[in-house]
Amino acid sequence: MKVRLATVWLGGCSGCHMSFLDLDEFLLELVDQVELVYSPVVDVKEYPENVDVCLIEGAVCNTDNLEILHRIRRHTKVLVAFGDCAVTANVPAIRNQLGLGNAESVLQHAYIEHAQNNPRVPRADGIVPPLLPRVLPVHQVVPVEYFLPGCPPPAGQIKTVVTQLLAGAAPQLAGAELKFG
Amino acid sequence: MAAKTLTIDDKHLSAEEGATLLQAAKEAGITLPTLCHLEGIYDVGACRLCLVEVKGLTKLVPACTTRVAEGMEVLTNSERLRKYRRMTLELLFAERNHICAVCVANGHCELQTLAYSLGMDHVRYEYRTPRWGVDHTHRLFGMDHNRCVLCSRCVRACWHVEGAGTKNVSGRGARAHIITDLNQPWGEADSCTACGKCVQACPTGALFHKGATVGEMVRDRHRLEFLVTARQKKEWITD
Repeated sequence: MKVRLATVWLGGCSGCHMSFLDLDEFLLELVDQVELVYSPVVDVKEYPENVDVCLIEGAVCNTDNLEILHRIRRHTKVLVAFGDCAVTANVPAIRNQLGLGNAESVLQHAYIEHAQNNPRVPRADGIVPPLLPRVLPVHQVVPVEYFLPGCPPPAGQIKTVVTQLLAGAAPQLAGAELKFG
Repeated sequence: MAAKTLTIDDKHLSAEEGATLLQAAKEAGITLPTLCHLEGIYDVGACRLCLVEVKGLTKLVPACTTRVAEGMEVLTNSERLRKYRRMTLELLFAERNHICAVCVANGHCELQTLAYSLGMDHVRYEYRTPRWGVDHTHRLFGMDHNRCVLCSRCVRACWHVEGAGTKNVSGRGARAHIITDLNQPWGEADSCTACGKCVQACPTGALFHKGATVGEMVRDRHRLEFLVTARQKKEWITD
């Protein structure tokens, strides 16, 4: 039976997914072994049940991220924190340095102070998710099995980890295979 | 000078009296993780990454400031040491704001290299994300306190290689930080000779040449060692 693989994009720049696409011809081998059940590159709206492996890109920045992350944990056997934002919270967490009220002040800065036209903070209940008071790495919200850091993780490292997972081994990066930034 | 015989990780070796355990280990081909140590500058045992076990002592001791002694039995890679090293390293990452992706020292950083060599793939502790500023007042150099690990290599290079005494450590605990002169902006610190030795000494991206962007801050680590050897031994050795 094919491994049910998901990839998800929380608070990140999608660079990790771009790096995933850099797997090039290995993607063709991968589709023989996995069923991609949820991902920004497939058109599935709801995170499904009984997922074997999920690569999580991005930090936990808003209420949507938080909600889907808990759903992912409930329905997934193996979570991989995928890239620096997922592993360390990285650039999205810079706003944490501003302390309490940081979410409001970054919105003010971006949408009011820097606006050329129509200065207005976008608010739409149920559509635009509110920012969390603190940006968190994935493992500070739910338990994570494996970590694949890098900004982005190079395709070679993604291949190493995915290949080991598909072989049923516990992937662990060390030395030259580890990369932050 | 008298020689001392000792064992490090069950290797029998002799070392000169007065040598540190770090020097003895290095000569025996045993690598210890270090951060506050820099060839050419005296050691202070600040970073605690080179801690070793010495038989008969309950405390762990820093290899860089502990002298060899006759019959010493030293362990450098026990389970206990590996546990504490990883913990120390993770706490260093959690203490300030180390964001490799946007750092001038990305790819040339000793803290980053330590993470790789010790297999640190994530930090288990909550990040403190304190608010520290950047001193951009000097005409040539910048100081980003967010990336400082308080190793004090810059302070020691400033006082004991350049002899200017511009840099110091102020405050205690989590509020400890590097200052210039009487806690003035670096650009107004009259004692600074703008020699740049502190910038060469810095293991992370805390001190940098102005204008350097992500990954551009490559340092010549041997410059200070070269200067000190030239002065003390009159040996002008360079690669």
